[in-house]
Amino acid sequence: MRPMTHTLPLRRLIRSGTFAALAVLACPALALAQTPAPPALDSGDTAWMLISTALVLLMTPALAFFYGGLVRSKNALNTMMMSFISLGFVGVAWAFVGYSLALSPGTSWLGGLSLAFLHGVGLDPTGAIIPLTIPHVLYMCFQATFCIITAALISGAIVERMRFVPYLVFITIWSVVVYAPVAHWVWGGGWLAQMGALDFAGGTVVHVNAGIAALVAALCVGPRRDFKKSGLLPHNVPFVLLGAGLLWFGWFGFNSGSALASNGSAGLAFSTTMLAPAGTLVVWTLLDIMRSGKPTAVGAATGIVVGLVAVTPAAGFISPMNAILLGAIAAVPSYFGLIIRARTSLDDSLDVVAAHGVGGTVGALLTGVFAEKSFNGVADGLLYGNPHQFLVQVVAVLAAIVYSGVVSFILLKIIGAIMPLHASADDESEGLDTSMHGEEAYVHTGGSTMIG
Amino acid sequence: MKLVKSIVRPNKVDDVRDALEKLSIPGMTVTEVRGHGRQKGHTAIYRGKEYNVSLLPKVEIEVVVSDDVVDEVIAAIVTAARTGEIGDGRVFVLPVEHGYNIRTGERDMV
Repeated sequence: MRPMTHTLPLRRLIRSGTFAALAVLACPALALAQTPAPPALDSGDTAWMLISTALVLLMTPALAFFYGGLVRSKNALNTMMMSFISLGFVGVAWAFVGYSLALSPGTSWLGGLSLAFLHGVGLDPTGAIIPLTIPHVLYMCFQATFCIITAALISGAIVERMRFVPYLVFITIWSVVVYAPVAHWVWGGGWLAQMGALDFAGGTVVHVNAGIAALVAALCVGPRRDFKKSGLLPHNVPFVLLGAGLLWFGWFGFNSGSALASNGSAGLAFSTTMLAPAGTLVVWTLLDIMRSGKPTAVGAATGIVVGLVAVTPAAGFISPMNAILLGAIAAVPSYFGLIIRARTSLDDSLDVVAAHGVGGTVGALLTGVFAEKSFNGVADGLLYGNPHQFLVQVVAVLAAIVYSGVVSFILLKIIGAIMPLHASADDESEGLDTSMHGEEAYVHTGGSTMIG
Repeated sequence: MKLVKSIVRPNKVDDVRDALEKLSIPGMTVTEVRGHGRQKGHTAIYRGKEYNVSLLPKVEIEVVVSDDVVDEVIAAIVTAARTGEIGDGRVFVLPVEHGYNIRTGERDMV
């Protein structure tokens, strides 16, 4: 056991001038030795991060089930593929340039290209933007899983009508030109990190960022042709519950893995990831009962995801009891956001904006309220006498909204000028499974003949 | 009394229902079916092999109406379900001897 008081989340420390001091703390030999020894690899940390990375990777297939269950059966495979395909295209883009642009030294706006094509990303805990106790290459993989799911999240806003190829082009480029810079601002020593913005596991970088891109995508692609005309009902609610359950499971890696160590901070993030969605689920269910008398299963699944989204930026910064409170509060704006959205003409089909945009914003702001130095060792929030932190959080959220909104819009307009974003009326009405992929989710036996 | 049995595109069901509601037809029975007429089906690829899926999803709508409105009903269905492309479907009209209301046991008067 290493002696730990309140372990500082390593990610966060780069913002202050204590980078060098921390390296010395983490490796006392460094201060004495003439030639600096590389920081020691910790087997406990490495074991936890190997598992965390696999857990976060599982969230993308989980999202596929969550989204896939919410659409009509004729679009089930297409919707699931929109998540799955991110594992390939965004994963490769991350290894090529995304990782370097996000998490290598550069300006305060963007990382450099020194780690492009994984040049110098080795087995030792050296060469990363922050001091590590795990293999650098593992850190790169852990961060890759975040980028992959963030891009996949956007798909919920445009399912059942966006053509697959422009979608692919969009999320691949988006992961490089939007995700990587925003990740750099917050986690790569960029300007938001220097300002002291708190984002433990990606409330701003992942959820606000994806939520706004989703809003812009829904507007640029346009609504489904039968939006508001026929009942666009979920075809498999058990899939939705399965997806929500697997997302929660994977989220333990997402949040407590963001401690980048097997330590007290990871334990704290684990407990808040356990408790915040519990709080959200209770409030969401009560709102359902008060509103219609019937607690819905899709509502429960959505409530869990909203709670997870909201606690993401706060996970390692707030007390477990405050996590329940944060989750409970976060239920309200997203719950009513969903209802209000349904009355507008915005076809954000699976409510990415209400769940991730609103939930992420509320979470990021509440992080600035509930942050407690006695738990995180980094900063206090508004409630503990530091109103400045709240303002910093506001700036971080606004920055992500503006940047992601503007660049996503430009990107979609460029792609839209080259190829149509919206499926043709025939393809859309036939269903995107057969028209885009030549497959059906639920195959009817008989009547099919083999060709050739 | 006639049974009007229509086989239409799945995305036309709502239009047909709306058209029938305008004629005050009190009820309908809807079944998801598969079939083919002149429409060729589509090609699917599973594990590298190409298949022709010739039985396509359609929806069958059944309504029982009195003889004096049957022409009006057929016209409404045809107008609502037509796209002009191959695969729009069929309407069949069959004679019905009697109908009974299960709750009351009374014989239908339509």
